[in-house]
Formats: sequence, C-alpha cells, structure tokens
Amino acid sequence: MADAVLLGDEAVALGAIHAGLTASYAYPGTPSTEITEFLLGYAARHGRPHAAWASNEKTAFEEALGVCFVGRRALVSMKHVGLNVAADPFMNAALVAPHGGLVVAVADDPGMHSSQNEQDSRYYADFARIVCFEPADQQEAYDMTREAYEVSERFRIPVMVRLVTRLAHARSIVRLGEPRPENPLAKPPQTTSWILLPVNARRQWKALLARQGELRDYAGGSPYNRLTEGSGRFGVITTGIARNYYLENVDDLDSKPWHLHVGVYPAPTPLIRRFTEQVDRVLVLEDGYPFVERQLRTLLPTRYTVMGRETGEVSIDGELTPDTVRQALGLPVAAGVSIDAMMPPPARPPQLCQGCPHGDSYRALKEAVASVDEAVVTSDIGCYTLGALPPYSAIESCVCMGASVGMAKGAADAGFHPAFAVIGDSTFLHSGVTGLMDAVAANTDMTLVILDNGTVGMTGAQPTVLPSSRIQTLVMGLGVDPDHCHVLSAHPRHAAENADVLKREMAHHGLSVVVLVRECLEVVREHKAATRASGAQPVAQGATS
Amino acid sequence: MKFDIIVAGVGGQGVLSVSAVIASAAMEEGLQVKQSEVHGMAQRGGAVLANLRLSDRPIASDLIAHGRASLVLGMEPLEVLRYLEYLAPDGTVITSIHAVKNIAEYPPLDDVLAAIRRLPHAVLIDGDTLAREAGSLRAVNMVMVGAASRVLPIRPETLEHFIATRFRSKGDQVVQQNLQAFRAGREAAAA
Ligand code: SF4
Repeated sequence: MADAVLLGDEAVALGAIHAGLTASYAYPGTPSTEITEFLLGYAARHGRPHAAWASNEKTAFEEALGVCFVGRRALVSMKHVGLNVAADPFMNAALVAPHGGLVVAVADDPGMHSSQNEQDSRYYADFARIVCFEPADQQEAYDMTREAYEVSERFRIPVMVRLVTRLAHARSIVRLGEPRPENPLAKPPQTTSWILLPVNARRQWKALLARQGELRDYAGGSPYNRLTEGSGRFGVITTGIARNYYLENVDDLDSKPWHLHVGVYPAPTPLIRRFTEQVDRVLVLEDGYPFVERQLRTLLPTRYTVMGRETGEVSIDGELTPDTVRQALGLPVAAGVSIDAMMPPPARPPQLCQGCPHGDSYRALKEAVASVDEAVVTSDIGCYTLGALPPYSAIESCVCMGASVGMAKGAADAGFHPAFAVIGDSTFLHSGVTGLMDAVAANTDMTLVILDNGTVGMTGAQPTVLPSSRIQTLVMGLGVDPDHCHVLSAHPRHAAENADVLKREMAHHGLSVVVLVRECLEVVREHKAATRASGAQPVAQGATS
Repeated sequence: MKFDIIVAGVGGQGVLSVSAVIASAAMEEGLQVKQSEVHGMAQRGGAVLANLRLSDRPIASDLIAHGRASLVLGMEPLEVLRYLEYLAPDGTVITSIHAVKNIAEYPPLDDVLAAIRRLPHAVLIDGDTLAREAGSLRAVNMVMVGAASRVLPIRPETLEHFIATRFRSKGDQVVQQNLQAFRAGREAAAA
C-alpha cells in the first residue's frame, strides 16, 4: 500500500485509524499532542473517527472506556504525567476485560524538554499488569499500534503504546497497511466484569493474574523482541529507540556484541535467559528509567555483570543520545568544532510572546503584591508558568495541573496572608475547579486569579473545552460571592484598575476570584488568517481583545 | 552518502519549515530521511533546533552525533555557536547575520559574527535584506534554504518545486516571493 511521511505521534494515530478506531480522546500535552491533532484533521476530511479534546486525561480515559463498553475500538492519548491524572480509570480498566480494543498511547519526555518530571510509563503498564509496546521508529509506531488492538481484544486488556519525545517528534517514511473496518456495536457479554464490586473485582483480578502467563508467552514469541548473535562475552540490551543509537555506533566496535532488543513487555524471560547465558557483561540501554536493568539486577548477585544507568555507564537521568550511548559502549565521542570565544553562548530560555496578555496580568499582580511585605503566589502549568522567569518573576510554584488552587488554600489554612493562586483557563477547567470547590466550601481567605486567554496556549493553541464566556458562570455557579468575583480585561490600558481590584481583593478576608481575560496572540493570529482565507471582512473584536 | 544537518534558530523563526522543505525535496530525490523537531515549550521564543539526516542508506538514529554534521544552518548567528560541537571538522556553517536579541546577555553581535567568520567553512548571509528585496521579510527562511542549496545533496529545482508546493495555498505572489528569496540566497552563497 501507500507510504506516508509521519511523525511518531501521527504514525500512532494513523495506525489506530487503520485498526478500525471508532473514537479517540485526549488532553493536549507535549509530546503527545500531535496524535490528536492528526486525528482531528483526518476526521475533518473523512467524517470519522470521532476525535475530541477532553477536559482532562481522566475524563478522556473514561470516555474511551465507554467506547469499549459497547464493543468498539478506542484510543486515549496523553503525556506521561497525564497518566497520573488518568491513573484511576487506567488501573481499573485492566480488570474489566474490555471486548472492544483499548489502546493507551503515552508519550514520555526523558530529558524533560517540556515537562515537570521524566517518569517512565512502562512502570504503569507493569503496575496494571498489561502489555506495553515500545516502538523504536515511526514504522513500528504504526505497526505496533495496529497490533496493540489485536492484543487488547485477544487478551481483553487495555494495551499501552509508550513513546518518547524523540520518536513522537521525528518524521520518517511509514509503509501503510490495509485499513480494517470498525467493530460493530455490541454490549459486553457480561456486564458483571465491568461492575467492580469487591465480589466481582476479586474474580476479575484473579482472571487478570491468570492471563499473565499468556501475556508473557505472547511477548516472548513476538518478533519485536529479538536476539541477535554476537561474538565474545559482551552483550547489549536495548529497548525502544535506544536500539537506533546502538545501531548508529555498533560498527565502530572491534567485535559485535550479543544484542537483545525489547520492543514489547512483559519482558521476555526465556529470551533474556538465553541471552545472559552467552555473556559475562551486559550493558542495558533504555530511554527512560532503568526498568529492564532493574529486572535483570536481582536482589542477589548474578553470574553476569549488569551495567547501565544504576552503575553510571549511562547517566541516571536525562534522555539517551547517540553520544551517551557511544560513551557507554566505550567508544570515543567526536569533538566537533570548538572555538574559544563566547563559549558557551548564553542560554535562551523560552519566554512569553511579545505582547502576551499574561505579561499584562503579571504586571498588575506584581503591583498589587508590591503593596505588602510578603505574599504567596502559587501557579500552575501553561505558557504563564514562564512568568516565573525574569523579567516577571511573578509566581512561585508549578507542580501539577491544578495544584495552584489547592496550594494557595493550604497556605491560607496554615495562616499565610495574602495567598494568590494563578491558573490558566484550560488548566482551571482541567483540574482547578475541584480545588476551587474546596475553597468555596471553606470560604478560604485567598484570591484565585484565572488567566483566561481562551486557549491551550503552550501546546499550540488548541480550543478549551468550554469557551471563555462560561468561566464566570461556572465560578459563580460554585457559589463564589458575586461581590468578590470580577471579570477584567487584561489589556495594558487597564493595568492600573486591574492592580487596584487585585489589591482590594487581597485585603478582603475571604475567597475572591479575579478572571483576567484577553485572547492569546496565537489565537488572534489564527483568526486573522482564517478571516483572510475565507475572504470575509474582519469582524469587530470584542471588548476583551 | 550521508548528510547530517542541524537547523538552529529561535522559536517562531520557522526552523521547522526550513527543515520540512529540505526533507521533502530529499525524499523526492530518493534519499532516506529522518527529521527530528522540537515542539512545545521551547517554541515560545527559546532556542529551537531541528536534526535533519539525509542518506542513501537506512538511517538508525533520529539525532545527530557530535562532530558529524555536514551543515549547521543558522537562522540566527548566536544559535549557531550553540551547536558547533555537532559540526564535522570539514562541515559548513551557513547563517543569517541578523540577531534575535530577546535575552539580556546577548553578546556584541560583531563578536559573534567574527567568531563564525573564523570557522574554516562559514557563509554569512544578509538574510533579512535579501528577503525584503524579494518582497517579504517573511521569506527569509527560503533565503536560507537557497544559501544551503549550495552544499545540499539535492538539486535546486527539486527544492524550488517544494517551495512552490508549500506556499501554493497562500497565493501566487507569496510563491513568487519565496522562490525569489530562494534564488537570492543561492546567489549570495556562491559569492
Ligand atoms: S502562545 Fe499565547 S499564551 Fe502563550 S505566550 Fe504566546 S501569546 Fe501568551
């Protein structure tokens, strides 16, 4: 069939479509965003599959579960930390024995290019006792996603496809297969497998454990786990994209090591045994945590030596590169061109766009805060996190989606005044609303500042699940005192008034919510482009622009 | 044959489109291609880099190793310095001379350019001026592709074809501006 040039993310999306995908859900998050963007584009052209952004990864996961409940194939995709948000449905989905295929595509970010940690999702797959595929290239991303649906339905488990940044965001040619039709609608043979009351859950858990042998046999026999003969007593285990860096360097070695590649888990024990019988020293290369390395390194000493991240041949943190792998193999790294002058050049960290509304909001906030000795300003995840850097230096925390709200409440509960929480509209809808509910219930002495730019800015201006106009209704609906709920324009010409309102609400002993509204510049640009393209007259912008 | 390229610039400068045009043209000519991009946070005005690998044989790694790049293509001069450790000893640097000074500690531009000029194979391009002459400052990306075309293992006609394809939806004038920009860059790099 045809070839296509695809990002790793896109290869997963197209693999799912060609596997007969019915519906797909996600919340934007680097490096997973392009999976859903591809699906949305495809759906716009072909009318299927159903693809949508959800409020957060948990709701996305649950919507996908509903698709499987009626027998059809679903995809849910997220970045690694998104799986923490979806961990509850994820862990339990392993027990319900879905008959419609469920694939969980998780994009990890070793090296933390765009994330707050570098957790390795393979642990989650192991935790839930399910199968996990780890593609090494775009072709495998496509093929494995297709295969993942077969495995999901055959063993009645959710299946994970684990990507990493460098695969998700690299493009290559992919050979495509024949598309498969969608499953017919069919409710579960017995819904008791889905009713996880203890009596059923115990049975389902035992059944899942009983299937582990079959899962191991499947992974052990899969061509994605492959042993290649070497000469000598040195061996290398690679997983996922580590194989590419190994192959890039192996020809420079004096003798060819034994090589075991792991592309699908549970790790293939018989194959590993055959491999370790041939070697005295094993180097384990993984783009992530030392997951296989730890399985190899049992509590008691082994006959063979295990080398990897835990012994320092590979750095314990950060992503792999062709050079770190080269070093681990004992090969010299090429020097490159060096000049003495101006090295190293000053760093160029990301920053808010020139004229970004968040900049104006932060100036107002800083003015308000300057009127007191000390304030707590918690914040959250999005473009506005860049307000932690100069010239703003306006916020003091960024932990996880929605944490700003709960943390400000905690600081206030502990006796600190004033306490501000700063959160973007999309993050608020994702995980801030429940925290605000707690603050309303306690009439906490804090001020919540919602930076409403009408989009998910950092990941490329995806639409939020609810439009800006609904934020105030939502906040008031939770029971926030209307006298202490303000919607203001984050325009520079309102800077002084905005600072005054923030100062007043800071002085108010009770819960206040201030929504600062102005569209993200990316959205304004897209609107202009769309208007130009449609040939229409530009519409007058509202009061918030 | 293998030809590794680092495209370096600042978020918003179009590093990804430069990489995409070269990648499409290389594939059209039957080369194997791996194109690795940076998405997400860094795109907000931070240092952005694309790894682009062309070869007549299968390519394993998406990333380029130190000392292996045949070309470092800079959309911004300071960004070039950041990736010199990837440049092969006989590799070429081609860069625009226009600085994006969105950081406080930007060193004197003359010093940056002087350092680049001292490299064995360096081509400095007045990208902004050439783009403006071609009719649009936004075409500066294609000026840089044009300059790079002097060393790329790809025929210039193929590159022109993909530039035309890429901008077709924006109208004939934009296509012409970008083709003009490409030719101006190619011309400038010959001098
Ligand atoms: S993308 Fe939008 S929200 Fe993000 S920094 Fe730019 S203007 Fe601000």
